[in-house]
Amino acid sequence: MSITTKAAVAAFTVLAAAAHAQPSQPAPRSKPFGFGAAVTDSDLKRFTSPLPDGRGLPAGSGTVAQGRTVYAQSCASCHGEKLEGGSGDRLVGGRGSLVNNDPKKAPVKTVESYWPYATTLFDYIKRAMPFNAPGSLTDDQVYAVSAYILSQAKIVPEDATLDARSLAAVQMPNRNGFIPDPRPEKFPPVDKTPHTSAIGG
Amino acid sequence: MNTKHPNRSESSAHNAGRDREERALATRHADAAPRDSTGDAPSQPSRRRALAGLAAMTAGAAAAQTVQKAPPGAVLREVPLDPSKVPGTPLQDGYGTRSQFEDAVRMRYKTATAESSWTFTPLQASVGIMTPSGLHFERSHAGTATIDPARHELFVHGMVKQPRKYSMAEIRRFPSMSRILFIECSGNGLTEWSKPTLKTVQGTHGLTSTSEWTGVPLRTLFDEAGVRGGAKWVLAEGADGAAMTRSIPFDKAMRDCFVAYGQNGEAIRPEQGYPLRLIVPGYEGNTHIKWLRRLEIADMPFMTREETSKYTDLRPDGKAVQFSFEMEAKSVITSPSGEMMLNGPGFQEITGLAWSGRGTVKRVDVSTDGGRTWRPAALQTPVLPVCHTRFRVPWEWDGKEAVLQSRCVDDTGYVQPTLGQLIAVRGLNGPIGSVYHLNAIQSWHVGADGKVTNVHHY
Repeated sequence: MSITTKAAVAAFTVLAAAAHAQPSQPAPRSKPFGFGAAVTDSDLKRFTSPLPDGRGLPAGSGTVAQGRTVYAQSCASCHGEKLEGGSGDRLVGGRGSLVNNDPKKAPVKTVESYWPYATTLFDYIKRAMPFNAPGSLTDDQVYAVSAYILSQAKIVPEDATLDARSLAAVQMPNRNGFIPDPRPEKFPPVDKTPHTSAIGG
Repeated sequence: MNTKHPNRSESSAHNAGRDREERALATRHADAAPRDSTGDAPSQPSRRRALAGLAAMTAGAAAAQTVQKAPPGAVLREVPLDPSKVPGTPLQDGYGTRSQFEDAVRMRYKTATAESSWTFTPLQASVGIMTPSGLHFERSHAGTATIDPARHELFVHGMVKQPRKYSMAEIRRFPSMSRILFIECSGNGLTEWSKPTLKTVQGTHGLTSTSEWTGVPLRTLFDEAGVRGGAKWVLAEGADGAAMTRSIPFDKAMRDCFVAYGQNGEAIRPEQGYPLRLIVPGYEGNTHIKWLRRLEIADMPFMTREETSKYTDLRPDGKAVQFSFEMEAKSVITSPSGEMMLNGPGFQEITGLAWSGRGTVKRVDVSTDGGRTWRPAALQTPVLPVCHTRFRVPWEWDGKEAVLQSRCVDDTGYVQPTLGQLIAVRGLNGPIGSVYHLNAIQSWHVGADGKVTNVHHY
């Protein structure tokens, strides 16, 4: 191997090692770039992202009765007359179905049985529903239809009115149903685990 | 499809997906057979005209009978009997196409709507580690957004001293960076928990792809805005019809996340989030928010729908694992793989892909006897962190039944588990178990006839 080749190989090795250890991020800069523009309150008006404690929920309110109308007009065609699901997810029922280790029986994950926060309901409907016209409901309509769904789920009473404060105060049945990621897991030895040999297709 | 099913979007799609895959396989077989031009789609009149002209020109040339319709991404051209005896197609300005003889395509899983759906990368046809941009898997919740970059803005706000908004031109002024990274949907393989279901590696593993991504670190954007004390989480929001949102830990955002406008040397594809997507190296694909329009810094997670009711992993005790971000070490043999047919006994290269969201692939072992014995595979350089790594093993097939498996070990020492090991820890809460994060060893059965089949063998 020639000196030049050796040097080239050494240089390449150093470069390769550096690239491996430090994925290329630009060096930090001490003074601001100053690009972009300042954000105004009116810029942010079109966005919705409430926190689970209710911060960020907009003004407005809606009743279960008002929500029944909104649901019938904007939701029932996908989620079913009785919130039983269709092309959209089932929204109610399923309490008690989450504890299950039977591969032949599916758990029933709904707003009623699974969702830990009522604020998520407002947030998701406001941003992403109805599926064919996302963002088309007013804040009052979203409070109302949230109240309707939660009443059908037997989580709020039939005469409930929801606003920022009362929505954030709703206690969802599965509020404590979530745990942090335990991975990486410690697996038992292969000979102490289930075995099968099954042809698919 | 049973529309009354409680978990329509997940578990009844189980069987629907298989139907879809069977149709795709049938179509592929049909495509291989001679076809007349009347089979062409009515929505492509120009192609039909081209075909008519072509048929007249070639006047019975043998090759013209074999391909009558260009696959997606290709242009149908006359095929001379001897390409060395005629000039080829003139060069011109334009955007290139692939060969008319290559037909690997993404395959859509038959969900209830085509807007909230996913398509699989055809891994069985993959070579090397890169995924062509047009074959990168898709998962979208409200279709592919169409966005004029001249009107797109990125907002950086929340717990910052100076909330800022940026045009795409301004984003591109910042110092840039590139990384070659895999992205994997955490739902990759969800049909395979309780029984081998989809037939091909495209169906079982096709929700992972690798691209080079280019953009601007979040650290740059956050330093610019001046983050206040107490920042713990960042909400990323898309500008699509789902206004897709996920909360990302702030320390992760500062460590290695970036906003990407480039993919494989050009602007990011619309299906991948044009003009801007978030890249969260090693985390589940759903966190890589496409059509990114907003980053809001907060002191707690926002608990959006996608991080509570979806992308949480329900275990038998009724508790669901939340914020299970990392895509753990995984590998799969892409050839031979499901539905392939070995060409008789003798030499057969076994090759596949391995990857880990926690770091770099250290070793891949391959077994041809269903996991009784293993031998190390050769790893093709470059072996990059959080990136598909190509492995290969030479194999002399003796013509007898065999079960092929691969097992990945990453540089944290994590060993890819068997499905039995995974189920021993996570249980099976329903036919698709805990849905997400199935990273178990895959088994392919080779019959004495050479037919390769998806099996469970653990």
